[in-house]
Amino acid sequence: MKRRTEALCLGVESTADDFGVGIATFKGEILANASSGYVPEEGGIHPREAARHHAEAADKVLNEALTKAGVKPTDLALIAFSQGPGLGPCLRTGATVARALASYLNVPLVGVNHSLAHIEIGKLKTGTVDPVTLYVSGGNTIVSAFEAGRYRVFGETLDIALGNCLDVFAREAGLNQKQGLSLGAALERLAADGAKLVPLPYVVKGMDVSLSGLLTAATTLLHKGECRLEDLCYSLQEHAFSMVTEVTERALAHTEKKEVLLTGGVAANKRLQAMLSIIAEEHDSKFNVVPLQFATDNGAMIAWTGVLAYTHGLVTPVAESFVKLRWRLEKVDVPWVQ
Amino acid sequence: MGAMTLLKKGAEASLFLADWHGRKVIVKARLPKRYRPAELDAKIRHYRTAHEPQLMHEAKKAGVPTPTIFLVDLKDAAITMEFVAGRQVKQVLADVSRKERQALCVKIGGLIGKLHRHGVIHGDLTTSNMILDAEGKIFLVDFGLGEKNTEVEARGVDLHLMKRALQSTHYRFAEECFKHVLKGYSAVLGEEDAEKVFEKIREIERRGRYVDERKQS
Repeated sequence: MKRRTEALCLGVESTADDFGVGIATFKGEILANASSGYVPEEGGIHPREAARHHAEAADKVLNEALTKAGVKPTDLALIAFSQGPGLGPCLRTGATVARALASYLNVPLVGVNHSLAHIEIGKLKTGTVDPVTLYVSGGNTIVSAFEAGRYRVFGETLDIALGNCLDVFAREAGLNQKQGLSLGAALERLAADGAKLVPLPYVVKGMDVSLSGLLTAATTLLHKGECRLEDLCYSLQEHAFSMVTEVTERALAHTEKKEVLLTGGVAANKRLQAMLSIIAEEHDSKFNVVPLQFATDNGAMIAWTGVLAYTHGLVTPVAESFVKLRWRLEKVDVPWVQ
Repeated sequence: MGAMTLLKKGAEASLFLADWHGRKVIVKARLPKRYRPAELDAKIRHYRTAHEPQLMHEAKKAGVPTPTIFLVDLKDAAITMEFVAGRQVKQVLADVSRKERQALCVKIGGLIGKLHRHGVIHGDLTTSNMILDAEGKIFLVDFGLGEKNTEVEARGVDLHLMKRALQSTHYRFAEECFKHVLKGYSAVLGEEDAEKVFEKIREIERRGRYVDERKQS
């Protein structure tokens, strides 16, 4: 194996159901992005079961990433890990892997904010510079933009995340998560055959949205059995997506930024992409959606954000590398953004 | 109506400056949003256009300055209202001294207190939606997301949104500003009722995702 001369960072992601390992060069080339997902037998993510999956998969995923990148562990100059926010047992498993690697290889360790990493990899992969970002996943619904040293949160959910709302409804409707086909994708397929818009709650409060009432209303109608499932899926999507699009447009009008970035697992949804591209166009902004591999939780985003942090003087001593379950995006200084 | 000049293309509506019977007026038009299904879009625009003037009228009754409404056109979802000459509080806050800033925030808190006492929830309290005129009067605008409600929950969310808006727009002195907003609010609503709302704000914050104050589950 030829030894690479450029500096490399390995990133570990484990905030929720995915265990991911990515390897990035300090110049922003992604050499590997390996991942293993925990699929619950029934229901949603059980944090302890997910953590058990991560511990069991760590060895395999690490090796897969190193092989894909064609590097040896001793080639690594830096280890980054997702320090929060996320599920405690899952975060701790990834942090343990990262600490062990950094200590064994005697290289610096850097803790990365998960939400921030989604934005940074999105910028890297789409060539976006200063966007209004809509980050929508199973655990997050955040509208953010950079202002004075930090990514400010302009809007967010007041209760449940968009992906969570869609997933819970899909499960209630008896849809199954399969390897390679997410619940969201199954819901999107059904929604495509929806024809009738069923009235549901539309709750925008200032720049924030509330999705729990929408979920309850849709689930209640589902169990009544008077609506076609396709119509309900369609109506749920239209209401929920319109709400997040409205608040994203508000942030866009407020900040007058010229780019819109869509990321997170729900970014894969074509209907949501279409809605956001319309508002981007109306405000003379460029619309970008992060490629799926880098939009869902992944190790590459942690590796790349680790590079940005480390090259701007940030490191996390092992003794201070405890995980932060509720680490908000707006608490993180980002000295690399001007 | 004569020629209309676009003042601001907002997310929710476009604001035009126009002449109406010799008066300088603002026409707030909620233009159709292509991203939403037409029937949902029509419902939202119609609802907000009908409710906004009612709430502005209620706010006036509560002693809170709002622009006078001249015309409501439900078909085109457009409201014609008085043009208020002044500056957005958003711009003012950054320019004035600390003392003036605090006094402004106390005043804003007082206006919110008057609204809530009268059962009006603004629904979108940001410093962009407040206009300070030459006489020092603060006008509240943009009641499109508001409602008539006397519940502590609604009041709490309203103030929570004010805090969030301060944090994203005036991060350098958000905490200080919000503290003084609460001071003015409490002075109008009375300490006992205000404290119930403040407790609710803390509860709403704990409900939020990834908040330090939230109990560890």
